[in-house]
Amino acid sequence: MEKMSRVTTALSGSVLTGRTMHCHLDAPANAISVCRDAAQVVVAGRSIFKIYAIEEEQFVEKLNLRVGRKPSLNLSCADVVWHQMDENLLATAATNGVVVTWNLGRPSRNKQDQLFTEHKRTVNKVCFHPTEAHVLLSGSQDGFMKCFDLRRKDSVSTFSGQSESVRDVQFSIRDYFTFASTFENGNVQLWDIRRPDRCERMFTAHNGPVFCCDWHPEDRGWLATGGRDKMVKVWDMATHRAKEVHCVQTIASVARVKWRPECRHHLATCSMMVDHNVYVWDVRRPFVPAAMFEEHRDVTTGIAWRHPHDPSFLLSGSKDSTLCQHLFRDASQPVERANPEGLCYGLFGDLAFAAKESLVATESGRKPYAGDRRHPIFFKRKLDPAEPFAGLASSALNVFEIEPGSGSMSWFVDTAERYALAGRPLAELCDHNAKVARELGRNQVAQTWTMLRIIYCSPGLVPTTNLNHSVGKGSSCGLPLMNSFNLKDMAPGLGSETRLDRSKGDTRSDTVLLDSSATLITNEDNEETEGSDVPTDYLLGDVEGEDDELYLLDPEHAHSEEPEYVLPQEAFPLRHEIVDTPPGPEHLQDKADSPHVSGSEADAASLVPVDSSFSLISVSHALCDSRLPPDFFSALVCDMLRFYAEQGDVQMAVSVLIVLGERVRKDIDEQTQEHWYTSYIDLLQRFCLWNVSNQVVKLSTSRAISCLNQASTTLHVNCSHCKRPMSSRGWVCDRCRRCASMCAVCHHVVKGLFVWCQGCSHGGHLQHIMKWLEGSSHCPAGCGHLCEYS
Amino acid sequence: MNRGGSSPSAAASYLLCTNCRKVLRKDKRIRVSQPLTRGPSAFIPEKEVVQANTVDERTNFLVEEYSTSGRLDNITQVMSLHTQYLESFLRSQFYMLRMDGPLPLPHRHYIAIMAAARHQCSYLINMHVDEFLKTGGIAEWLNGLEYVPQRLKNLNEINKLLAHRPWLITKEHIQKLVKTGENNWSLPELVHAVVLLAHYHALASFVFGSGINPERDPEISNGLRLIPVNNFCVCDLANDNNIENASLTGSNFGIVDSLSELEALMERMKRLQEEREDEEASQEEMTTRFEKEKKESLFVVSGDTFHSFPHSDFEDDMIITSDVSRYIEDPGFGYEDFARRGEEHLPTFRAQDYTWENHGFSLVNRLYSDIGHLLDEKFRMVYNLTYNTMATHEDVDTTMLRRALFNYVHCMFGIRYDDYDYGEVNQLLERSLKVYIKTVTCYPERTTKRMYDSYWRQFKHSEKVHVNLLLMEARMQAELLYALRAITRHLT
Repeated sequence: MEKMSRVTTALSGSVLTGRTMHCHLDAPANAISVCRDAAQVVVAGRSIFKIYAIEEEQFVEKLNLRVGRKPSLNLSCADVVWHQMDENLLATAATNGVVVTWNLGRPSRNKQDQLFTEHKRTVNKVCFHPTEAHVLLSGSQDGFMKCFDLRRKDSVSTFSGQSESVRDVQFSIRDYFTFASTFENGNVQLWDIRRPDRCERMFTAHNGPVFCCDWHPEDRGWLATGGRDKMVKVWDMATHRAKEVHCVQTIASVARVKWRPECRHHLATCSMMVDHNVYVWDVRRPFVPAAMFEEHRDVTTGIAWRHPHDPSFLLSGSKDSTLCQHLFRDASQPVERANPEGLCYGLFGDLAFAAKESLVATESGRKPYAGDRRHPIFFKRKLDPAEPFAGLASSALNVFEIEPGSGSMSWFVDTAERYALAGRPLAELCDHNAKVARELGRNQVAQTWTMLRIIYCSPGLVPTTNLNHSVGKGSSCGLPLMNSFNLKDMAPGLGSETRLDRSKGDTRSDTVLLDSSATLITNEDNEETEGSDVPTDYLLGDVEGEDDELYLLDPEHAHSEEPEYVLPQEAFPLRHEIVDTPPGPEHLQDKADSPHVSGSEADAASLVPVDSSFSLISVSHALCDSRLPPDFFSALVCDMLRFYAEQGDVQMAVSVLIVLGERVRKDIDEQTQEHWYTSYIDLLQRFCLWNVSNQVVKLSTSRAISCLNQASTTLHVNCSHCKRPMSSRGWVCDRCRRCASMCAVCHHVVKGLFVWCQGCSHGGHLQHIMKWLEGSSHCPAGCGHLCEYS
Repeated sequence: MNRGGSSPSAAASYLLCTNCRKVLRKDKRIRVSQPLTRGPSAFIPEKEVVQANTVDERTNFLVEEYSTSGRLDNITQVMSLHTQYLESFLRSQFYMLRMDGPLPLPHRHYIAIMAAARHQCSYLINMHVDEFLKTGGIAEWLNGLEYVPQRLKNLNEINKLLAHRPWLITKEHIQKLVKTGENNWSLPELVHAVVLLAHYHALASFVFGSGINPERDPEISNGLRLIPVNNFCVCDLANDNNIENASLTGSNFGIVDSLSELEALMERMKRLQEEREDEEASQEEMTTRFEKEKKESLFVVSGDTFHSFPHSDFEDDMIITSDVSRYIEDPGFGYEDFARRGEEHLPTFRAQDYTWENHGFSLVNRLYSDIGHLLDEKFRMVYNLTYNTMATHEDVDTTMLRRALFNYVHCMFGIRYDDYDYGEVNQLLERSLKVYIKTVTCYPERTTKRMYDSYWRQFKHSEKVHVNLLLMEARMQAELLYALRAITRHLT
């Protein structure tokens, strides 16, 4: 003992040193406690009770307090605490309800000092008074707290929580007479040690047991509590009513909580189940732990800061039978792994983008663009009003607004509503859809439908005049088509124009961040908002008179613009050529394929679709004569679908997929189809086209899609008494505690189909009502109404 | 004082029973032989239950709210003697059968059938066969375990262990089930299944322990599937032995005896409460007391060897067995005394190391959300339920008695509370009660009316139902603790 104290005095003056280390214990630990000299730690568990010295490089076992040939249950510790005034004094709480004190100064091998057997159930917690040498407090499963004076044989006073088991007791560090206790039923009580008759204050802190609490070492009124409901709450007790000032949400029930010394807002927690890590939280940042220690392989059962004034050393004991010293600088910091940028679309196509301020601030050169006439950029800076603290990021928020009306998608809505997808012969469907597209001025799409019809239906039905007509149409849409290719290559989409502007302005000087944001935006546009239908693109661009600016970006603009006028002329010879010479199949395929490849690659642009349409039409004539199998074109059609989907027009891709059904489905892999379906359905739902989206879901053959209709099919009905929705069950109201829908015939609750008369609003089980009305025309409820059932 | 298990009792119903038995012997169509007047339980006179029921609007409301079958079944009727508890029971049962959960509805009922089959509880089986079909289950499955998907069949092992020797469940069992493969279980599914299994094992205990009668008019939705429910006839339950003896003993003697029994029990409770203050039992002794209690539970039933062949009198025995056993494998596997396992001495489950409140709850709630709260409420409710009465006495603190019952059940499953003095069990629970407890929790199918009648003869039936509720929940918690501990170990 003397030797030990010498060691400790030698250490107490100096600065703490050490490293992250661990040592193996023989048995799982239940609790740990540190000596005030910060050089020793006691570990207690069901079958372990040892003192370890914390040395620079390792833990060294100093003393085994578990002596005797057959250790009794008194040594099966649920909790242990080391006196903060007297380094010879320890107390343990045993699972059998005994409180034991230990005097390390005893000369014999058995250091057991006193035994208090007053509790009837397991003692969950013991706690020494922070300044008084002889006062010990215990809290037990039996619902009592007892205060012991170590100079006496039995307890001085007993406090009855009048509720369930006590889980934790802690003396206030600042108020001499006050202690807090937490209970299994979620309550926290504040007691005055001089008044055992009733508690000073009681409030419900958690839903379910409150496992732990800890007084703030400096802030007088603050008490942190942790509960089974996975929350750590910080309460301000200084006010009249306990006020919740912070709340940290963890991922598992909180077993222990300990304020970090010298860091006003930090606390360490560990969990009782499932989660093995020790976390240090900044209570002001309740979603991401400030630090995380991941050494343990089983749940951590005890944590303690090594020294009351040193924030960098944390000790922990665990069920995996190890004792660890964690160094704060070695902790992993989840914040570093978090993604600090956020991006979100608003209801009307506005885009908000938040990023770490440090990143955004560097590009101050961007500010002039905020005054853009059509697309104002808001630059908001939101700083935490509280005092500055390290490690917390403040972020900047950018909002990009879209000019009202510019993102009009009426064509999309119209198309979705008017397309026919099933229920008629293929030829009619194609014709109908082509007509719809044409009426909406989407000629390329119309053309495609016509082509599909020709490919998959008997050619005899198509009059040549019609063909010619569509050809003419096709050629006239050459211009928009070509433009769209160019646009796509660069940065298409209406909404992105300003962004293009901007990036044009500061292309070179821009930071990486801005670039990435720009690309993000265009991508999004392409797929979702825009649906990027080609002709519309063009038209709108035209209206705004932005062509020049757009084309300025396009180095190949001049090149691409020219052939488009040449196109129509070129087309006719082509057609003749093919019609005139009946080609071999291989040759045909080449011809047919090549335009599409180039089309989807979108290089050199233009011409191609028109070209292909011509060739296809003519080819189909020839082919059908020579009896080519109908799936001859499927590869081509698939390419076409992919092309549309890539362009962002999933509507077209999905519609064709549905209309053609089996004919092409097998050629496109399931995943792609699923992807198209989901994006189209998503789009439809954004436009509230519920019926169409449902039809699409129904018509889809992909399992993943058709099961969408099976999910969230719940519809809540309102209670007939209180008119509130009945959320849990459809036949009983939680609020008025009444069964809502009784069957007028059998007087039981209707749990399935409920049918009722709209005249008198009585009703019941479908079958019962049917049966009843067969025999009688009056209402079964006896209200005299002549009900009708049809 | 007579604490022997064989102490005869003279309830008037015995005479009826023997009559009934004669009728039954004559007439082989057993279901017809059930007199309609018998009420929901074979052990409890109908008027006891019905009286309570007519007063209670609340029960009807609860049934409408939570019952899956939509009618007031016999279990509910008997439980409605404790309405407070009934609510949490029905709520949790409804949640695990009908509300959001990882398992499809028919599977849930099939698992319930599997669980009930372990104890040959045809009442529960019939009930859930109905529900199984109603929720769209495949009728073929009802032909037996060979007809169900391998995945469900895999549950068989854990069902067996959980029902009879939960302490044998290890993390390897869990691993085998969740190991990725064609028929693997996800953890949430497994937890859901385990909760269902434990619930229905325990409920089977209640059904037998309270002598629940078969439903009067079982819906003949699928008459062929219904297992003949004969083993519930009072006669069957009571005919084990000593009928003659029972009718011989005078009723006066019984009452006097039991009165003094009650007084003695009260006396002991009082003494224990006072003793506590100055009692200083050594730790070694506490340990040995647990061991002793554990060991003694060994002999509690072994005296009643006649139970080994409970149905031997009846010709249609074989039918029942085969009908029930198609839902189980290894029907011979039964409870084995925790204490007896001799050589391979498994460690005692220390309650403080894995408690429901701290550990079980968190795990179960994490994997199968909200069930934790419902079960928590149910356990709490049953543990704290008291009317402060004991038979004719009022204002009695029964905490001690409730705790003794609860802990004794856990003791038989090898769960030990450090802070409990198992000497109390010995003081408070008479031998006939211990026999009853052991039978109900470990071999519920062997419960007889004689056992039910022979303990606490002065107590009200509602109090005995309360005992049954305690036993049921204690058993369920014990099973859950073992299963969840294995899952926790699998996770770490």
